[in-house]
Amino acid sequence: MNVTARALMGASLLLAATSAVSAQTTITVATVNNGDMIRMQRLTSDFNAKHPDIKVNWVTLEENVLRQRVTTDIASKGGQYDVLTIGNYEVPIWAKQNWLVALDNLGADYDQADLLPQVAAALTVGGKLYAAPFYAESSMLMYRTDLLEKAGLKMPENPDWGFITEAAAKMTDKAAGVYGICLRGKAGWGENMAFLTSMNNSMGGAWFDMQWKPQFDKPEWKKTLDTYLKLMTSYGPPGSSSNGFNENLALFQTGKCGMWIDATVAASFISDPKESKVADKVGFAPAPTRAGGSNHGNWLWSWNLAIPASTTKADAAKTFVAWATSPAYTKLVAEKEGIANVPPGTRTSLYKNEAYLKAAPFAPMTLKAIEAANTQKPSEQPVPYTGGQFVAIPEFQAIGTAVGQQFSAALAGKATADQALAASQALTSREMTRAGYPK
Amino acid sequence: MSRAVSTRRKAVVTALAWGVGLVIFFPILWTVLTSFKTEGEAINAHPSFLFFDWTLENYHTVNERSDYLAHFWNSVVIALGSTLIGLLIAIPAAWSMAFVPGKRTKDLLMWMLSTKMMPAVGVLVPIYLLARDTGLLDSKTGLVIVLTLVNLPIIVWMLYTYFKEIPGEILEAARMDGASLGSEILYVLTPMAVPGIASTLLLNVILAWNESFWTLNLTAANSAPLTAFIASYSSPEGLFYAKLSAASTMAIAPILILGWFSQKQLVRGLTFGAVK
Repeated sequence: MNVTARALMGASLLLAATSAVSAQTTITVATVNNGDMIRMQRLTSDFNAKHPDIKVNWVTLEENVLRQRVTTDIASKGGQYDVLTIGNYEVPIWAKQNWLVALDNLGADYDQADLLPQVAAALTVGGKLYAAPFYAESSMLMYRTDLLEKAGLKMPENPDWGFITEAAAKMTDKAAGVYGICLRGKAGWGENMAFLTSMNNSMGGAWFDMQWKPQFDKPEWKKTLDTYLKLMTSYGPPGSSSNGFNENLALFQTGKCGMWIDATVAASFISDPKESKVADKVGFAPAPTRAGGSNHGNWLWSWNLAIPASTTKADAAKTFVAWATSPAYTKLVAEKEGIANVPPGTRTSLYKNEAYLKAAPFAPMTLKAIEAANTQKPSEQPVPYTGGQFVAIPEFQAIGTAVGQQFSAALAGKATADQALAASQALTSREMTRAGYPK
Repeated sequence: MSRAVSTRRKAVVTALAWGVGLVIFFPILWTVLTSFKTEGEAINAHPSFLFFDWTLENYHTVNERSDYLAHFWNSVVIALGSTLIGLLIAIPAAWSMAFVPGKRTKDLLMWMLSTKMMPAVGVLVPIYLLARDTGLLDSKTGLVIVLTLVNLPIIVWMLYTYFKEIPGEILEAARMDGASLGSEILYVLTPMAVPGIASTLLLNVILAWNESFWTLNLTAANSAPLTAFIASYSSPEGLFYAKLSAASTMAIAPILILGWFSQKQLVRGLTFGAVK
């Protein structure tokens, strides 16, 4: 082969390679730094092998930074991201704004009917799914079996707040650094207000009545805040007004908490003997109700993959979403990382899988908690909103955080419960009027 | 006797300076120490200061998960680029304000500084839309432009303060010797103001390196600097403090080393003209 022929062949190969590269579609996926998301990043090689024509770039950000970043981009049609990781709070709001692409054709292998109905309902607007659930969680009561036994108590099938108060009192041993109960105290709509909104639902209360009038002046909120403050100031750990999920997780794992009511995802962390000193002494029960009540708070949170309407690569993005949220991905995680690491809370089939139920003993309680959550009717009273531990309106982030600050101040002893409730009523009324409710 | 008092005073002042220095440095020291702990040890209610099982696991995890070098390179380009362009604009501007002041020079300086008083988020949407329309979203060029504008008031102010300390007669002499305006700035003013320019450069590189609002909001996958690298290790659910500390240590290490080696210039520049 002479030099010219070699050069021509080389040029042809180069051209072919360049064409192949240019035919590749690059999508950018924005996500949060959670264990399941990081695992998905690690397993992207499987997606690349199946779809060599799609390259995936990852942008991982802290939850609040991601929320701000993605909201700016989607509202201004920036088109920076092709797949977004968003919560079930954003999905109905953004879908109504036409900011998301409907995911009504994720392929035959996606098996939409297998999605847990409660989770799918929270992501459906006008009969169309606008985000594919990646993992989901509800809330439940996690407790120390040894401490409960020592206190001479037995966990009821459906504990109420009266039992929780009694158990917290009996489990508390401040001299030994053990506190009867750990709850969120850090201010924020997704922090203390996730817990307190849920608790208020279980007390029969609501955020708004049908005319969008705030309900902080009603006895349910008073009962909620009084019970919460009594539990936390008498039996909670010191400095609890700055405790969120991670702080309470650390306290529980190191044996400082008798009970903890929080997201079901915590169950896997506190049951892991590598991370938790109390892994073999943990029990699970449904989130408490009021005496004789049946509302467990309706806490439901899912992290979902959605496609912004501003993307120009919707087909490639859909292919990726289908890969990451399909039953095949569940199998892939089980094969590569062990079945206990499969993203929980989204598919009915997972909770029928014997191997999973064996590897994750808390799974039945997680399923029970998710199935008990009704995001379409969060309160026992008639309300004009959907949600659960939040109210699914755009204004809730700001209002929820402002109210959370009032309640956190009450926990820190800077205000009384009555002052915090009055201030919350006033600020919520003002903001809702300013926002033009009822709309 | 006076010598003994002086020695004692010196000892007290030295001890005080070390005390203040340690208090200021402690958060960084704690971050570095936490980066060598396990996640369990990092959140221990009774944390150990030095006597814990030191591990490099967090650094392995961070290196495995993220492309540190790509983020580092983006930080270098953005920090150096914005500072150098800022200096190119600011040196002539500061020269004119220091040596040929007009009636409104002081007002102009105050107005420039006032732009720093507005919260950055107030102009996020217009800047974002401009970047989107000019195709500069998630690009190093876009960030260099934005950070140049953001830090320009500080650069001008710092240089103006240094230039004011240089006797105008020297520049006049250069002019009488036939130096053009460019030669005057380049060959007479600049060499005399090197300590001031060097400290301005260093301080602005540090400011641009650490800038997190714009670097997080205007980048995605291609031009994300080390601030985004750090932000990717914070988690709402799960333990992350040790890995976050490792990422933070890796992000601040280059600028810490730069600051260490150039501390003489930094101090000299920052105190230039402070005592008259």
